[in-house]
Amino acid sequence: MTVLTWTLIMVGISFAIYIGIAIWSRAKSTKDFYVASGGVPPIINGMATAADWMSAASFISMAGIISFAGYDGSVYLMGWTGGYVLLALLLAPYLRKFGKFTVPDFIGTRYYSQTARVVAVICALFVSFTYISGQMRGVGIVFARFLEIDVTKGVIIGMAIVFFYAVMGGMKGITYTQVAQYCVLIFAFMVPAIFISFQMTGNPVPQLGFGQMLDKLDGLSTELGFAAYTNGSKPMIDVIAITAALMIGTAGLPHVIVRFFTVPKVRDARSSAGWALLFIAILYTTAPAIGVFVRTNLLQTVPNSTYSEAPAWFKKWEKADLIKFEDKNGDGLIQYYNDKSKDADFLAVAEQKNWKGNELSIDRDIMVLANPEIAGLPAWVIGLVAAGGLAAALSTAAGLLLVISSAISHDLLKNAIKPDISEKNELLAARVAAGVAVLLAGLIGIYPPDFVAAIVAFAFGLAASSFFPAIILGIFDKRTNKQGAISGMVIGLLFTVVYIVGFKFGGWSEKNYLFGISPEGIGTIGMLVNMVITITVSRLTPPPPEHIQHLVEDIRIPLGAGEASGH
Amino acid sequence: MKNLQQYWRTNLRYLAILLAVWFLVSYGCGILFREQLDTVRIGGFKLGFWFAQNGSIYVFVILIFIYVKLMNRLDERHGVGEGK
Repeated sequence: MTVLTWTLIMVGISFAIYIGIAIWSRAKSTKDFYVASGGVPPIINGMATAADWMSAASFISMAGIISFAGYDGSVYLMGWTGGYVLLALLLAPYLRKFGKFTVPDFIGTRYYSQTARVVAVICALFVSFTYISGQMRGVGIVFARFLEIDVTKGVIIGMAIVFFYAVMGGMKGITYTQVAQYCVLIFAFMVPAIFISFQMTGNPVPQLGFGQMLDKLDGLSTELGFAAYTNGSKPMIDVIAITAALMIGTAGLPHVIVRFFTVPKVRDARSSAGWALLFIAILYTTAPAIGVFVRTNLLQTVPNSTYSEAPAWFKKWEKADLIKFEDKNGDGLIQYYNDKSKDADFLAVAEQKNWKGNELSIDRDIMVLANPEIAGLPAWVIGLVAAGGLAAALSTAAGLLLVISSAISHDLLKNAIKPDISEKNELLAARVAAGVAVLLAGLIGIYPPDFVAAIVAFAFGLAASSFFPAIILGIFDKRTNKQGAISGMVIGLLFTVVYIVGFKFGGWSEKNYLFGISPEGIGTIGMLVNMVITITVSRLTPPPPEHIQHLVEDIRIPLGAGEASGH
Repeated sequence: MKNLQQYWRTNLRYLAILLAVWFLVSYGCGILFREQLDTVRIGGFKLGFWFAQNGSIYVFVILIFIYVKLMNRLDERHGVGEGK
């Protein structure tokens, strides 16, 4: 059977499972819809959280980015996992005890202020929308490449599926679908990794096998003028800032936090963070191994090979415009090397060989998808990887949609505009909001702004510089009041937005980086600015009212954690 | 009331210790002291590189489960747990 047939089979079966689950777990109340009635066991919730968290970026892009960045790619590995430690120790148990539906709910109540609630809703919407646009694009790319249809049709199919189970099932449907999606995506990620690890190193465990490839890869990289794979080239302060921004941003992302409202008890909130990270770690410890394998394969086969004899995968991706080759010196061979190398000896050698500049550009996003083909694995594995990429993108998109719809129907409509709305109408509003959000996200996916990748820095920077300090201080510092929290969130957010917009889109020069920190890492500074302002302003203004101080004391102990409720 | 204050103080002490380890394996071994650790090799890996790309993640998982154990015990001891 061909790759296309296998892909259709794999994708078809996985979609049928998702839809079946959606029908079986229809949401009947707002509580079903927002937090799955708070009845999800911790292991199941951990698995759903892992699928929710691992997006198209984790599945499709991350290993590819690492394969090109080498050591510098560590910021994503540590950043996107270390945040779960913060989440488990500093946020999840207390927010579960607090027992409301959403993050703006917590902020609005703890800071006894509608203004704080609305600021939080706006942050939640902004973070979720920037994040979801990347997901729909990911769906489109997978469809386009594997089903050989155009990206637009791919996005529309993806929209229809997400619409169906997110709108119908709410959190309940999403949770159980995500469990299925986790199984699909982890299987799809591990099978080729194990195959290739065994092929290249004789060790079937990729995490152990890739160690022996590193010296060889360092050699191959430096021969072509690149930095040694295990050394990296980013300044240390920037590595620290980016890692911290990703960690703190992870802990502040509303679609991740909300998952901890769905378990029955505080102790379950703690352990489900552990399960979530365990399930995530399986993929995150394998990704750097894939990065090494794919990079080694690429550097061994492509440089100085004859273009007209390039393998089939090369031609296919070239057709999709994701590999570009330009024969600058007209010798019919593919020269792939670092023509921006600062090593004079290397450049002299290149000159001598009559190399006229790097001739090949490869989109980093294709590395995981092309990996099985580069290694010559059977067609069914390639189909499986397509299904896995879709599972990753769809599960994250669904989780984000839920945050968007609950922010609108619950935080804005019910808590700020029309408190006397009936439960039936609130549920209807949540479904309508989810529907509109799917359409909007799909449009962004079809007509992507050309800065989708840059936008991701936004989502994390904003989550880090807005939510995180407000939640942490709300739990650990009784003295923090609404004046402090609101001014901290607004200034932290503005600082981060101005910095990112200025350097990403405003054409500011890299020389003016604050302490040498790039826009990806500036959320860390934004977070610190927010904290300092919140604490200072709180000390200069009256303490929060008595009943809020009692509330803070109350969320610090697990005893008496009732079910999550909207009132 | 005194009981609860003690509960909270013990909780904060646990957090301080666990987060110190969290900082040490990621920012410490993976970034700040990477070059020194890279002189040590295990299974082909330079140790600092291994902490940055694999080791710190394993430690993160273990830290959360240790925290769960510690807190469940603390809850029971102070009578603020929720039962099994």
